[in-house]
Amino acid sequence: MLLKEFLEVKRDKWERFRLLVPPLIQMVLFGYAATFEVYHVSTAVLDLDHSQESREMVSRFTGNGRFDVEALPSSSQAMRGLIDRSKITVGIRINPQFGELLRKGQTAPLQVIVDGTNSNTALLALDYVGQIAARFSSDYQRDYMNRIFPEYQVMLPSAKMEERPWYNPDLDSQWFFVPGLVGSIALMTIVNVTSFAIVREREIGTLEQIMVTPIRPIEFILGKTVPFFVLGLIEVALVAVAGALWFGVPFRGNPLVMLLGTSLFLISSLAVGLLISTTCRTQQQAFASGFFYLTPAFTLSGFAFPISSMPTVMQWITYLDPLRYYLVVLRGTFLKGTGLAILWPQMVAMAILGVAMFAVSVARFEKSLD
Amino acid sequence: MSPRRLIAMSRKEFIQIVRDPRSLLIALLMPVMQMVLLGYGVSLDAKNIPVYVYDQEGSQDSQALLKRFQASPYFDVRKTVNSYRDLRYAIDSDRCKLAIVIPFDFSRKLRDTGFAPVQVIVDGTDDNTANLSKGYARAVIARFSADVQHNWLQRQGMPIAASNGNISVDTRIWFNEDLESRNFIIPGIVALVMALVGALLTSLTIAREWERGTMEQLLSTPITPSEVMLGKLIPYFMVGMADAALCLMMSVWWFGVPFRGTLASFFTTTALFLIVILGIGFMISVAIRNQLGASMIALLVTLMPTSLLSGYAFPIDQMPAAVRAITYLVYSRYYVTILKAIYLKGVGVKALGAEMTALAVYAAVIGLLATRAFRKTLD
Repeated sequence: MLLKEFLEVKRDKWERFRLLVPPLIQMVLFGYAATFEVYHVSTAVLDLDHSQESREMVSRFTGNGRFDVEALPSSSQAMRGLIDRSKITVGIRINPQFGELLRKGQTAPLQVIVDGTNSNTALLALDYVGQIAARFSSDYQRDYMNRIFPEYQVMLPSAKMEERPWYNPDLDSQWFFVPGLVGSIALMTIVNVTSFAIVREREIGTLEQIMVTPIRPIEFILGKTVPFFVLGLIEVALVAVAGALWFGVPFRGNPLVMLLGTSLFLISSLAVGLLISTTCRTQQQAFASGFFYLTPAFTLSGFAFPISSMPTVMQWITYLDPLRYYLVVLRGTFLKGTGLAILWPQMVAMAILGVAMFAVSVARFEKSLD
Repeated sequence: MSPRRLIAMSRKEFIQIVRDPRSLLIALLMPVMQMVLLGYGVSLDAKNIPVYVYDQEGSQDSQALLKRFQASPYFDVRKTVNSYRDLRYAIDSDRCKLAIVIPFDFSRKLRDTGFAPVQVIVDGTDDNTANLSKGYARAVIARFSADVQHNWLQRQGMPIAASNGNISVDTRIWFNEDLESRNFIIPGIVALVMALVGALLTSLTIAREWERGTMEQLLSTPITPSEVMLGKLIPYFMVGMADAALCLMMSVWWFGVPFRGTLASFFTTTALFLIVILGIGFMISVAIRNQLGASMIALLVTLMPTSLLSGYAFPIDQMPAAVRAITYLVYSRYYVTILKAIYLKGVGVKALGAEMTALAVYAAVIGLLATRAFRKTLD
């Protein structure tokens, strides 16, 4: 039985293509395309003041690597048009009395208009604007005080933040997405391949042939799933190595911990594939049903969107998603180098879910044979 | 082209959709599921970020700073620890995402040198959350700093005006005033649903006829290739438009996403996009006669680019130049841009001229290719 299944995968060229090429394409595409980071903000600056101060302010934006000053509109009207047409994300307007107010020692407003359509980009861009304004402000203040009170050795007290991003010092998105992709790709492949393989037997009618042989259902199920289990391990290894090498993501943990996590995770994925196969007659149905499991599994796993930001009810549901735990294991072993001492709750959760799901699937499968 | 044959073909296809409960399920349940899942599940905002504190000094100043963190709605200060080891364990086990370390000489430095560093450790695993929480932390510390300066100037007997020579950032956020990530994600989901439903269903229509052997029967009738194509696609087009309407209603009435554009522009662009998607699905279906293969390829050329390269969640202008160049070939890019503009900006066709034209050209080309793709031959 085992042998037959291995031979089938090996023989089927189409199958091999399907198993290897899309995962790699996905890895590369996702690795490059998926980022929430904001590297360059397209910006327009409208300087209505033309004072020394305003020019200095403008130069802080042009000199900053994050802001691409792409336009210098001559009126508010023109700037509004640029935002409407999505040409720029941030518009900065310096009002006529900017320099004068500053010289008088008063607070000068810096008007910032942000296209909030992409809320995340807008939020990060605003943070950068704030930083530039704050730096300008404190530099100006220092100069100003030195000019007015030269007798004071100015030592304005200030608290400064020193940031220390751990595990991902450059806050590189690829480091976040690559480990997650390993899990998502494994899930997708295994669920589809398992459900298709069994439904195909049924479609072609070989399922009955096998059933009349003295093989027992549980033997049949193991014979069917063990090769896919091995396949899953190979695929995870392949995608993990490819992603880590291509995108330079570190692997700091113990490969054995990852192996254990992967094995536990694959059990639940195989169970889902098996369950789908019991409810479907045709491969097309299996394909569609797979989608109904995969889409929520991805969305709720924390693959791209943080679980802690979801509504509470949604957060509870995520506890039923094996991928949720697997991603913690993957990110832990890749980036943090954590071991079983910290990851054991995830392992236990995956084991419980895996065994429960497998038991349900086997029960349903045996029933579907009669 | 005979209208009678066309209607007959459409009717047959329509009946087939209705009779197959699974396709109907995909067509109707999929949009609802996607909307609910993504509408509720997708949020990039960071609120209640779990924070641990390691206050090495325990002075009045350090406590004052920490109080500000406690008062901030963005942070949830959970625990105070007494060593870096505890901090490391907390971050390793995801008990906190951000840690504040106040050095033992914080107030002395604040008083004597005028420069006191505060260490903020963030878990960089999720780079986006890390970036956001860093920004919030910086703002809290800056406000603290400004107040300390103010008090200092007062004590020195300097005119307070001297502290004022600074900039206030006066922010106006347009289109998505509260910076809700839901408003940013949901318009794009319409495109995602269209791509998924459209491609999945149509990619199978021709392949199914081949697999079931009904193609031979169809070929023996006097029906022309373009009639087959239109007859097959019209029902799916209608299903697609119904899905779009469903998505629109859910997004506006359920999730409260603002819709500032006109219905006419929404449905016109959706029609164009559907033509592209259905045309692609049809061509795949003609080229690949096996249902499974057809649906796999359909996903690869429709769903994947739509979810990754259309800008629905991941901003295009932040991608590397090579990938950005590729996105110009992705038809969903234009549709998603238009959708977001219609929903949030409410701008007219004028501002979207370039995207509209691109989408229309795409639809025309795909439509033409699709008509030519199907030949009435048996091999």
